[in-house]
Amino acid sequence: MSITLSTAHSVVEPSSLAKRSAGFIVILYALITMAPLFWIFATGWKTPPDSISYPPKIVFGPSLEGYCNLFTTRTRQTADYINALGPPQGTCDEVTRRREMVIAGASNYAPRFVNSLIIAFGSTFLAVTLGVFSAYAFSRFKIPLADDLLFFILSTRMMPPIAVAIPIYLMYREIGLSDTKLGMILLYTAVNVSLAVWLLKGFIDEIPKEYEEAAMIDGYTRLHAFFKVVLPQAATGIAATAIFCLIFAWNEFAFAVLLTSGEAQTAPPFIPTIIGEGGMDWPAVGAGTTLFLIPILVFTILLRKHLLRGITFGAVRK
Amino acid sequence: MSNFESLATRAVEATPPALSKAVRGLSDKTIAWVFIAPTIILLLAINIFPLIWTIYLSFTNYAANRPNRPITNVGLKWYRDILGSPEVWAAMQATAHFVFWTILFQTLIGFGLAYLIDRKFRGHAFWTTIILIPMMLSPAVVGNFWKFLYQPQIGLFNYAVSFFTGIDPSSFEMLGSVKLAPWAIVIVDTWMWTPYVMLICLAGLRSIPGYIYEAAEVDRASKWRQFWSITLPMALPFIMLAVLFRGIENFKMFDMVVLLTGGGPGSTTELASITLKRQAFEAYRTGYSSAFAIILFVAVFGLANIYVRTLNRVKQR
Repeated sequence: MSITLSTAHSVVEPSSLAKRSAGFIVILYALITMAPLFWIFATGWKTPPDSISYPPKIVFGPSLEGYCNLFTTRTRQTADYINALGPPQGTCDEVTRRREMVIAGASNYAPRFVNSLIIAFGSTFLAVTLGVFSAYAFSRFKIPLADDLLFFILSTRMMPPIAVAIPIYLMYREIGLSDTKLGMILLYTAVNVSLAVWLLKGFIDEIPKEYEEAAMIDGYTRLHAFFKVVLPQAATGIAATAIFCLIFAWNEFAFAVLLTSGEAQTAPPFIPTIIGEGGMDWPAVGAGTTLFLIPILVFTILLRKHLLRGITFGAVRK
Repeated sequence: MSNFESLATRAVEATPPALSKAVRGLSDKTIAWVFIAPTIILLLAINIFPLIWTIYLSFTNYAANRPNRPITNVGLKWYRDILGSPEVWAAMQATAHFVFWTILFQTLIGFGLAYLIDRKFRGHAFWTTIILIPMMLSPAVVGNFWKFLYQPQIGLFNYAVSFFTGIDPSSFEMLGSVKLAPWAIVIVDTWMWTPYVMLICLAGLRSIPGYIYEAAEVDRASKWRQFWSITLPMALPFIMLAVLFRGIENFKMFDMVVLLTGGGPGSTTELASITLKRQAFEAYRTGYSSAFAIILFVAVFGLANIYVRTLNRVKQR
């Protein structure tokens, strides 16, 4: 009996007290680290006066004003003018009128958000497509100077964005790609393709060569074997890589702020420019930040098993 | 029955379609190059061509806002100017301060957390995912909302500090004070990237086989001794990996700091990338900033080389 007990509990298994105190510290850290995020989320539901009150309000009456301000532009009007208008149409109208303002039109948040979506998905699609072909070639064929080529591919991702942006800015100006979605898609594809090649090579390395060889003995060509055998096997890896590329393109700021100003501007350079009367409109910033971060939270949870691979370019697999 | 079977075999034989006949001629070598070429061409067009252009510009007096001015060769003038410029050295010092302290804090806290998570308490997987969230966020958006948290009086950060220490929350400005601003950016970066170091350290700790500890127990090595002679040395390549990558990333830090402080107050938090942006896109000293960019390139390239070597070493584990 005592023997079974001692094998069940290995000598290196930490004691229950050690586990519990470790858990306590980690959970405490997790809660502290979440506080700023919780705060910005809560600020999105505050009124502007509540958002800048002292002491900071933890309990407050929720308001849609932040979200209304995020999506609209407003102009100040006299009380007489507002009274002369008909009954308010919808919550936002009502909230705005309470501040003696009327809605003048839609803000740029929605179009910027859509730009972010188009550019992120477009560049991810291209990067993963290019990446999966290259990764397969690097994984299966003898390529002269393969290690140097792989290092070259990775080193392009390490370059400081501002340094790359100077010639890109000049080049895009020459060929008319400044402030276009296509220009941003190509640029983000170039940055992401290095990550895609490295990550996908790791995933494809794990698929036994014998699968394709068997298919090729059955009369498949190399290309058929690639499409019919390797791609389906690599589906999970491709999905994880795509999410990593999406997150990068979604979060990117330096290129976006230097190379776009209107037409193709994404959400990250736009959010800091949300200002109300007399300074930043913090509830609107909170609302804009919340909406912008939600997709990332979802992706992080989806990716949790592959995060380590993604951040080490596929080198560490756990 | 046998009829069905032969039909099935014939169907299989017919599956490689007619198209394959044309493609069958492609050798593996051709396929390899066809598969790799688009990636290489894209990188040449969007990374290498611009890089060569930057090198060329760094020897000229070109200014992006005066494209019609005749271009003259200035030789190594910009490189000499940069290496002798107090502004650049100030930026390098600010960058060094930022890189050193962020890496120190992130490694200590990140390794500590990984060590605790490796105790595998109940719910550790869930809490690990929660802890990882900050590093997935957009640095620009993070910088922007920390500006709100750092507001004197109304900000959560000042309020929390005054709650725990009793210091008047309006008596200090994290972003407005020359003394505190360099630490303000260190705090935010540590908040954001400690999870990154933690995750890699955790992988390192988990790569240590349990039998080594069991053998150490048998030899009656103390826990303290086990930590210093097993845990730390075996996790070290992973720690190095995290440190190098954070070093490279923070050396070129731009987005988070630009939104948090804009380089201010004065130029106390003006990191190298911010100086570069000012010279290139505000002063339009294109030649000068190209030379500066090349200097940063060379530094990052050297670091990246060491990083990839460490990467390959960790991979063999």
